[in-house]
Amino acid sequence: MDELVKRHEREDLENKSPSPSDRTKLLGYRDRLERVALEPLAKTGKGFYLVVAVLGAIVLWGLYAYSRQLSSGLAVTGMGNPEARSKVVWGFYIVNFVFFIGISHAGTLISAILRVTNARWRTPVTRMAEFITVVALIIGGSAVIIDMGRPDRVLNMILYGRFQSPLIWDFLAITTYLTGSCIYLFVPLVPDLALVRDRLGSKLSGPRRALYRILSINWHGLPHQWRRLGVALTVMMIVIIPVAVSVHTVVSWIFAMTLRPGWNSTVFGPYFVAGAIFSGTATLIILMVILRKVYHLEEFLTERHFINLGYILAAFCIIMLYFNLQETLVPAYKMADEEPHWFHDIMGGRYSFWYWFYIFGGMLAPALIVLIPRTRKIAGIVLASVLVVIAMWLERYLIVVGTLTIPQTPYEQVSYTPTWVEWSIMAGLFALFSLIVVVFTKLVPVVAVWEMVEQHAEEAGHASVPSVSVGGREPAAAR
Amino acid sequence: MVQPVQIEGVAGKLLLERVCMDNVKTDGVLAGESSKEPQASQGAERQSSKKDRNLITRRRFLCLFGLAGAGAAVASHLPNMSAVAADGETGGGPRRLRRWCMVVDLRRCDGCVGLNKPPRCTEACIMSHYVPDGMEWVQVYRTEINAHSGGTYFFPLHCQQCENPPCTNVCPVGATFATPEGPILIDQQRCIGCRMCMAACPYDRRFFNWGEPNQPPQAKAMAYHPETQQPAYKGTVMKCDMCPERGRAGEVPYCVEGCPRGVIYYGDLEEDIATNGREIIKISSYLARNHAYRYKEHLGTQPRVYFIPGYGEDAGRNAYDPRDSRRKELQWPRGT
Ligand code: SF4
Ligand code: SF4
Ligand code: SF4
Repeated sequence: MDELVKRHEREDLENKSPSPSDRTKLLGYRDRLERVALEPLAKTGKGFYLVVAVLGAIVLWGLYAYSRQLSSGLAVTGMGNPEARSKVVWGFYIVNFVFFIGISHAGTLISAILRVTNARWRTPVTRMAEFITVVALIIGGSAVIIDMGRPDRVLNMILYGRFQSPLIWDFLAITTYLTGSCIYLFVPLVPDLALVRDRLGSKLSGPRRALYRILSINWHGLPHQWRRLGVALTVMMIVIIPVAVSVHTVVSWIFAMTLRPGWNSTVFGPYFVAGAIFSGTATLIILMVILRKVYHLEEFLTERHFINLGYILAAFCIIMLYFNLQETLVPAYKMADEEPHWFHDIMGGRYSFWYWFYIFGGMLAPALIVLIPRTRKIAGIVLASVLVVIAMWLERYLIVVGTLTIPQTPYEQVSYTPTWVEWSIMAGLFALFSLIVVVFTKLVPVVAVWEMVEQHAEEAGHASVPSVSVGGREPAAAR
Repeated sequence: MVQPVQIEGVAGKLLLERVCMDNVKTDGVLAGESSKEPQASQGAERQSSKKDRNLITRRRFLCLFGLAGAGAAVASHLPNMSAVAADGETGGGPRRLRRWCMVVDLRRCDGCVGLNKPPRCTEACIMSHYVPDGMEWVQVYRTEINAHSGGTYFFPLHCQQCENPPCTNVCPVGATFATPEGPILIDQQRCIGCRMCMAACPYDRRFFNWGEPNQPPQAKAMAYHPETQQPAYKGTVMKCDMCPERGRAGEVPYCVEGCPRGVIYYGDLEEDIATNGREIIKISSYLARNHAYRYKEHLGTQPRVYFIPGYGEDAGRNAYDPRDSRRKELQWPRGT
């Protein structure tokens, strides 16, 4: 075993062929990185169990609420309330579905785009982004099942699925994206799993050792294995981008394919995709700052990473503002049919507080925080991200519930008040999301060790040569 | 001569292809083919349907889209809707396909405030269909004539039985479908309760069994059929079905029967006659003479319900009468 590890290292270094003095520097970096990355896997403190217990309790509570909903039907939700009058047909569950599918864009899309453009600073970020994607997709998918009136008939989607229905497009797109994201998470994970197997093998319990042995699929860092890894990654990062874009586009089509005022819009596809990347980036920043603190990644996740992601966030703030202008000004100019109700509700009526919070707190404020140099610090960027996540959730709420409460016929006003069941299930979904992420971080290194070593070696090798990076960013060493 | 015809094995037969079938349902090709017509008459019909096919409707677009994706599996599932289309006659000549429709004469509707009762049409429908709690398949709204002149009129709203129904397009499992005779039905034994159709209906004419439906025992004992929607199932969608079984039996729907003022006419666009249970009208001329319109016609849903505009003046109702209908007092049949 040790033999192989040594060979792995030797080959690795020979491939990069830095000078002997660089080699010692490199080994130092590599050792530090491996120690930090593998520590959470080897040692588990009390804090971890506490967090798992709290999150687990919330998940169980959500499950209890869901069991109540299963036995009494959706009548226990705010949608079944008589004051919703069968008009507010979707509530918190669909809001969370759209929200989590949006979050899922954090990952794959961001990491794939950064990989494709060869942005060098991406390496410590990609793994976390890919985590978020997979977990958020699972949570988002379950939100739809929770929303169904007849979850017992979910198989009808396969038995009688009609390709004309936007829901089937969603079903196909999300399962494709989930499969793709799992592969895209797994492929770059293999060398790191092998690392865990080789470094920690003796310290782990039997089943865990077996798990890493199986999952690392006989990876020994041989040259042909590296070649294959490179090909697989290149293919996946190119394939995953259109899949990711398609997913949120078809999610938006659930709404845009209807004739409802507020949904009947042709920009919904790009609008949702932009919103998804926006909220995904914000979630990624929040997760990064937590993991950085908990797992002592300060050396590897520097302020630069936050600032770069902050720039992406700011860019999307502006894109989203533009989309909102387009989404409101065009229909507001024409004021067709029931549109006036919608504008009254969001601009000055019952949703106005949330709407203006979304505009000012969720887009203008974060953009300013990131763009003003004085606030462009880790704390500021994290604050901006929290604002963005809250605002994007509200945006989903306004789109789903806000639109459904517009009268389409001359009937009396309807309203929607979520019940404790919906709140509990929503808390359960968020807790489950966090729980899976937490457990994940205990099973695999939270940063892509081999990619970071490779990048570090490249930068060390290039330090004397002018930067030739494709992404247009100067390497870290030059800063 | 009109016989009730059973649709059997609904769950298996009424599939997504219904959407495709709709495009040709009005020109008699379906009925013709099934009864082995003489070639000549068929040829003419084929031609007319070919002309129709040049019109690319939204549904046809989706249909082609769907066929491209689903491939041959779809073709093998084409249901034999001629069973529904055939009206029981044995003679030659093309069988007539009913096209049920409604005409609602708003001039006469006073929301039953004159009787001091909740709307009788709604009540009749609720009582005869054991409509579960809280649903009003036909709902009587009181609405403003216009913002400047003031005044109100009453507006009974059924499911509009759209010929281009946005609700059936979006159903992921084909649980809601258009029948060749027009009514849009729901197979509550297949519906998964996703409520996509409710979100898509621009008239808000669909209702949901959020909990266990409260129905009397006789409803629960009925054998399920989408035309009666009995018994109701928890977690599924329901709506006005236009009572096609009543039409075939030569009767008018319960809401038509229940209306004391003869507001609602029910009839067959193909034969061009309709009745409110007291008088018979020739639909085409009645619509033209009275400036009929269809609700939200600009959406392209092509409703089968026509409205005759009016503000209650014919019936002597005062447009400035402040009384609302008493629909809040409606009673639903209760289960035990
Ligand atoms: S009125 Fe609504 S439910 Fe009825 S057919 Fe039209 S879209 Fe469907
Ligand atoms: S609620 Fe039922 S009928 Fe409506 S779209 Fe969903 S499965 Fe179809
Ligand atoms: S047509 Fe039949 S189902 Fe529709 S409202 Fe009238 S009685 Fe009820």
